[in-house]
Amino acid sequence: MARARITAALVLAAAASLALSACEARTDQGGSAGNEPQADAPAEPANAHKPEGDGNAKCSNVAIAYAGTINGENAALGQNILNGVKLAVKKHNDANKDCQVELKEFETEGVPEKAPGIVTQMVNTKEIVGVVGLPFSGESKAAGNIFDKAGLPQISPSATNPALAENGWKTFFRGLGNDNAQGPAAAKFLTENLGAEKVCVVQDDSEYGIGLAEAVKEALGDKVVCNEKVKTKQKEFSAVVQSIKAAQPDAVYYSGYYQEGAPFAQQLFDAGVEAQLVGPDGVKDVEYVKGAGDAAAETFFTCPCVPGEGFTKFAGEYRDMFDKDPGTYSVEGYDAATVLLSGIDAGNTDRKKMLEWIKNYDAQGLSNKLGWDDKGELAETPTVWTYKVENGKIVRNVEIK
Amino acid sequence: MHHVVSSAHILAQESDSWINTDTFIDLFWANTIGGLEYGSIYALIALGYTLVYGVLKLLNFAHSEVFIYGAYATWFTFFLLGFRPGPTPELATGELIAFLLLAVVVAMLVSGTTALVLERVAYRPLRNRGAPRLAFLITAIGASLVLQQILFLWRGGNAEQAIRLLRPETLFTVGSASIQNLTIIIVVASILMWLVADTFVNRTRFGRGIRAVAQDPETATLMGVNKERIIMLTFVVGGLLAGAAALFYMMKIPQGAQYNGGFLLGIKAFAAAVLGGIGNLRGALLGGLLLGVIENHGQALFGGEWRDVVAFVLLVLVLMFRPTGILGESLGKARV
Repeated sequence: MARARITAALVLAAAASLALSACEARTDQGGSAGNEPQADAPAEPANAHKPEGDGNAKCSNVAIAYAGTINGENAALGQNILNGVKLAVKKHNDANKDCQVELKEFETEGVPEKAPGIVTQMVNTKEIVGVVGLPFSGESKAAGNIFDKAGLPQISPSATNPALAENGWKTFFRGLGNDNAQGPAAAKFLTENLGAEKVCVVQDDSEYGIGLAEAVKEALGDKVVCNEKVKTKQKEFSAVVQSIKAAQPDAVYYSGYYQEGAPFAQQLFDAGVEAQLVGPDGVKDVEYVKGAGDAAAETFFTCPCVPGEGFTKFAGEYRDMFDKDPGTYSVEGYDAATVLLSGIDAGNTDRKKMLEWIKNYDAQGLSNKLGWDDKGELAETPTVWTYKVENGKIVRNVEIK
Repeated sequence: MHHVVSSAHILAQESDSWINTDTFIDLFWANTIGGLEYGSIYALIALGYTLVYGVLKLLNFAHSEVFIYGAYATWFTFFLLGFRPGPTPELATGELIAFLLLAVVVAMLVSGTTALVLERVAYRPLRNRGAPRLAFLITAIGASLVLQQILFLWRGGNAEQAIRLLRPETLFTVGSASIQNLTIIIVVASILMWLVADTFVNRTRFGRGIRAVAQDPETATLMGVNKERIIMLTFVVGGLLAGAAALFYMMKIPQGAQYNGGFLLGIKAFAAAVLGGIGNLRGALLGGLLLGVIENHGQALFGGEWRDVVAFVLLVLVLMFRPTGILGESLGKARV
């Protein structure tokens, strides 16, 4: 016992000293605009729509659903969203005694091959009038036409692959900006804020990773000095790391999810590659910070998501309910659920009416201005933010305009 | 439309250099060393497949879970020692060695026990009823899934957060390769473990029993060898080696403890065993190291997305010319 306590103390001391030195390292390289004093995080918009509505809604036997990873691949990203949805439903049901909306959960494990079966189950559940999901681009692509055929509207709070909106699905809505915004913004951050002249782009083999990497590469042009490919579930990256090391880039952009991103970052760091690592929204989760060990403190993230730090009321309610801080896309999940819940309150209790409701929706959400164009993209493209790691937490860095 | 055009554009860009010999040559040593490091982990796991196959002619697909239970054991040992995810702690050498030794012992015990339980619960009842070989194979796949789901229900889908005791540091360089302390530890310790296993099977009384059962179970039983005990022993030895592999794996990849994390590694290790000659201890070592190195060079030549393809094309090629693997099946062959 005593031994363990001493060791723990040692570890803490070592961690503290490392954290300190990491901070120093960052201020050293910090002539670059990547570390300029930050703009304040946006506060909760006063006119944001509310899931509780006016409290007088009447409805019965109606449900909304969340579909996506709950315990499967990159589960943390799905749970962030699901918790946001749960919070919205709870607030709605607490306020509206005569309108108890049921939340049904469907586990796709984040796997594109499994999504169509699960979504088929979902569209056959008649009470469901709207869906928050699917979180990932690969599964969204695989299952989008099933939603379309059944006329069941879906609002994805996090799938960013631009091509998803090009399929002609009438039921697809995206609650955030896509990678045609994130890609160029990431390129801008890499070259202007971080001053990188040579960038390595690493992509995984998911729909999302490939699409985003393409957008980033296109925007970077000839500043891309190497383009490495990795596979989903890969945990060993020595060949890729060696190739990156040989290319001597100033920065590395990892286009994929945290599950592979964390060991990749750690192995890159271990091999002594000093390039600045930047990851996208799929990596931006506290699971990455805890997984990447020494490498985490040196990572930046890009994300078409609004920092939630200013949303103190939301964060407080979230913490009360789940005993942890809101994560990436918790706010987006909450917003998407609110769109559906307010639709139900307004009497849109079948799929057809709900679809019309979403199409005509026009209100300020917590995260973005919500209102969609014909393809299901947000009419007002939200900005992309960058984030960094501080004391084991992901905090906002700068907004890319 | 835009999407299609840009993929075509990228395809065109890459088509003029689909085979990248420059990277291969420039990074030859770096990739060889990296491959040896990961390959020695393959080799240790491959030994478990090979031993069980040699004795029972059973492809024990649940061996990948025997391995991953060792990885969890390693993680929990670190955790219970008071370490937490985050930056690597600074430890005195003596302390570090003590902790790692403790972790390897725990991991080996847990993996060994898992293998033993697996044998008792899943395979023995089948043997007692004289089930056909196919039933064993299906049971192995089923057992693999059950063991995975137990971990899943208990720990969830995310990998355990990385805990690491030893930060890799470069000691010296050979050509393009930086040799790190971790690489040396993993390669040397794996080869030592293999040597111990090889000596055990070829030089000890128990080993003679294993070889006897592998050669001819009926005759061995008639000669007074307790077949059931030998089978148990074989599973345990395979499990112990997988436990050791698990520690090395967790030192290299601290994010490795994930419920399905053994699957891909198991397939690779199985391929390594077949490549070297399944049922052959030397073959497992050779196959593992070779597979690790070739995977890396394959990625340098063709790109990271071809990693698994290269490995399996190689396996197919070898099996076309040497159906029993590079060194052939030998555990069951009589040897002086």
